[in-house]
Amino acid sequence: MTLLTVSSSPHVQSRQTTQSVMWNVVIALLPAFAVGIYYFGMDALLLTLTTVAACVLFEWLIQRFILKGEMTITDGSAVITGILLAFNLPSNLPLWIAIIGALVAIGVGKMSFGGLGKNPFNPALVGRVFLFLSFPTFVAMSQWVSPKPLFEITDAITGPTPLSLIKQHQALPDIMNMFIGSKGGSFGEVSALAIIIGGLYLIYKKVISWHIPVAFLGSAAIFTAILWQIDPAIYVNPLYHLLAGGMMLGAVFMATDMVTSPITHKGQIIFGCGCGLLTILFRCFGTMPEGVSFAILIMNALVPLINKASKPKPFGHKTIKNK
Amino acid sequence: MNTFRLGGVHPEENKLSNQSAIEIFPLPKQAIVFISQHLGAPPVPVVNKGDKVKAGQLLAKAEAFICANTHSPYCGTITKIDVAVDISGYKRPAFYIDVDESDEWEEGIDRSKTLVSEITLDKNQIIERIKDRGIVGLGGAAFPTHIKYMLPEGKKADCLIINAVECEPYLTSDYRVMIEQAEEACVGIEIMKKALGVAIAKVGIEDNKPEAIKKMKEVASKYKGIEIVSLKTKYPQGAEKQLIYALTKREVPSGKLPVEVGCVVNNIGTAVAIYNAVQKNHPLIDNILTITGKSFPKPRNLQVRVGTMLKEVIEYCGGLPQDSGKIISGGTMMGKAISVIEAPTVKTTSSILIMSEKEATRKHETNCLRCGKCAGACPMGLEPVSLFNLAKTQQWEEAEKQYAMDCIECGCCLFTCPAGKPLLDMIRVAKSNVGAIRSARVIK
Repeated sequence: MTLLTVSSSPHVQSRQTTQSVMWNVVIALLPAFAVGIYYFGMDALLLTLTTVAACVLFEWLIQRFILKGEMTITDGSAVITGILLAFNLPSNLPLWIAIIGALVAIGVGKMSFGGLGKNPFNPALVGRVFLFLSFPTFVAMSQWVSPKPLFEITDAITGPTPLSLIKQHQALPDIMNMFIGSKGGSFGEVSALAIIIGGLYLIYKKVISWHIPVAFLGSAAIFTAILWQIDPAIYVNPLYHLLAGGMMLGAVFMATDMVTSPITHKGQIIFGCGCGLLTILFRCFGTMPEGVSFAILIMNALVPLINKASKPKPFGHKTIKNK
Repeated sequence: MNTFRLGGVHPEENKLSNQSAIEIFPLPKQAIVFISQHLGAPPVPVVNKGDKVKAGQLLAKAEAFICANTHSPYCGTITKIDVAVDISGYKRPAFYIDVDESDEWEEGIDRSKTLVSEITLDKNQIIERIKDRGIVGLGGAAFPTHIKYMLPEGKKADCLIINAVECEPYLTSDYRVMIEQAEEACVGIEIMKKALGVAIAKVGIEDNKPEAIKKMKEVASKYKGIEIVSLKTKYPQGAEKQLIYALTKREVPSGKLPVEVGCVVNNIGTAVAIYNAVQKNHPLIDNILTITGKSFPKPRNLQVRVGTMLKEVIEYCGGLPQDSGKIISGGTMMGKAISVIEAPTVKTTSSILIMSEKEATRKHETNCLRCGKCAGACPMGLEPVSLFNLAKTQQWEEAEKQYAMDCIECGCCLFTCPAGKPLLDMIRVAKSNVGAIRSARVIK
């Protein structure tokens, strides 16, 4: 005799699960990954494999021996952290530094708070910023490996990124090249096109909504457009800002991390605008050429406040004042 | 496209039985009729053990205000008046009836199919008849219908709303009623308009039922002031407050009844029951029931008399499939899981839905991802995840401040959550605790 289930309603659930959400993000990262490998070669592949393997291993070790909770490595989130961390690093980075980055990303950024869903900051950004502050000579922000076509047998050469060119008021690469990906930079962020394709896939799969990327890019574009109008000699065309550095990757994949972004659409728009404005502030008035990572981390810290401020107004509470 | 304002989800529709015409289920040999089959005080039995009763005869009389009569669905003998187990496993008083095959009916009940469209009764007579014939709301709540038509002092209604949305997956009984009994439904709506003294009735139907919309429009065009409105296919379009908003753009204030914004809402099935009661003197003793499921051999719609055992209905239709995991009465979103199938149908039994073991298994639960999908899906504009956390930490006062009592238990939050959190389960716990706190305050 088999017993039937008795439970309270609803009796159906959507197909989306934590796993499907996370693996869809991994799929969405693949186009940018492919472009990265095309331009930066085997180094990029090796770097990504190292960070992914290290992230998964560290999560396994921490779950197994310290937290002793349910094993979570198959949910795909450690893989995402690994890929995003690699995307934010120069492809010629020594692998031991990348492994330290993975330890900080997973250990400090994620597991110390209790694992997926409980971390206030984007783990990959925590790892990246740690490396940037601790190993500035390796993870310098102005000199990055220049792209070279795949399998070309020359040594990697370094050159300035578009953002450092902006900072030094030098001639910029062609807009089209920046859009497709032929520019200096950390390897996952070079192709805006590939990132946008990934982002559209995530919107189609209902993993993210359009609010954060549009608010992020929109506010950055408006802010830089105003600056550009004021003095085109110092400030560059907004399009360059959108395509340069980690802006696209940040807006589509980092800021939209559901764990570390606000709950409501209203909150997400506030969050996106904050990221966009802070990024441009850091880029145009700060000491460093890039500001996406810090902008997102600061806005991550503000998420609880934004959630409080953007609580939805329940249905049926509109007319209460009239009484 | 008319729809509600906030949230909503779109579960798989699975209207497997929508092409099957309503069949009449044969008389059972024995039946169990619960004395009370509605929301409110129980009626008082007027027959005794050993009495012979005819179909349509009064078994228990309503004496309290919120109460409804119960009639005998069968001709036969009352063998005992004793407790019986309902679908949830609760014991409730009931009439046990040995059914006589002669199926003799009480006099004065018109069982013919002839349409009677002329309304001879006046407003008060109609309400009295609705009360006398034991009509309750067939949308699921089983609220005695006549009370809705006795408006509270100082309130005025200007719009009758007919819920023909059927936004629940799988269910097709309202759909079949509209296809097969559109004439009766429209006369019923005319009667309801007269009882309420309103000029306009709006019938909301989801746009995934184009045939029903066409048929209803065709019939309604013969009447003045029956408006058929096509609504977007989105759950919970048929929730009372959401439906009123979709049809009239009026927002029922929190904690108030629809009449606050001049509306009275009834289900399309209730319209037909009212037609039968008023025009044919026919009491509410049977219902249209959808029996369905993905692995169920032949999903169909049956007209079943109240008091028939669910088990008999299931066996008549081929028995439980091998992989059955859960049986639900009502829809997949708000229906009740049945714990006992040796239990009889009641006035509001609208479906027997058989789910496979795979469908019946809930998602694996993980940490909350704070994705906010629950808040995006809530048609009441609440933040289910916050209420969930408050319930887990037993902060009932704070849950009340965060509008826990506004929750309509539609299940959109639990449906949509990727982390498989039992959101609604915990919100229900919060609601019952907040409710207890509130009533304690009133006593002081």
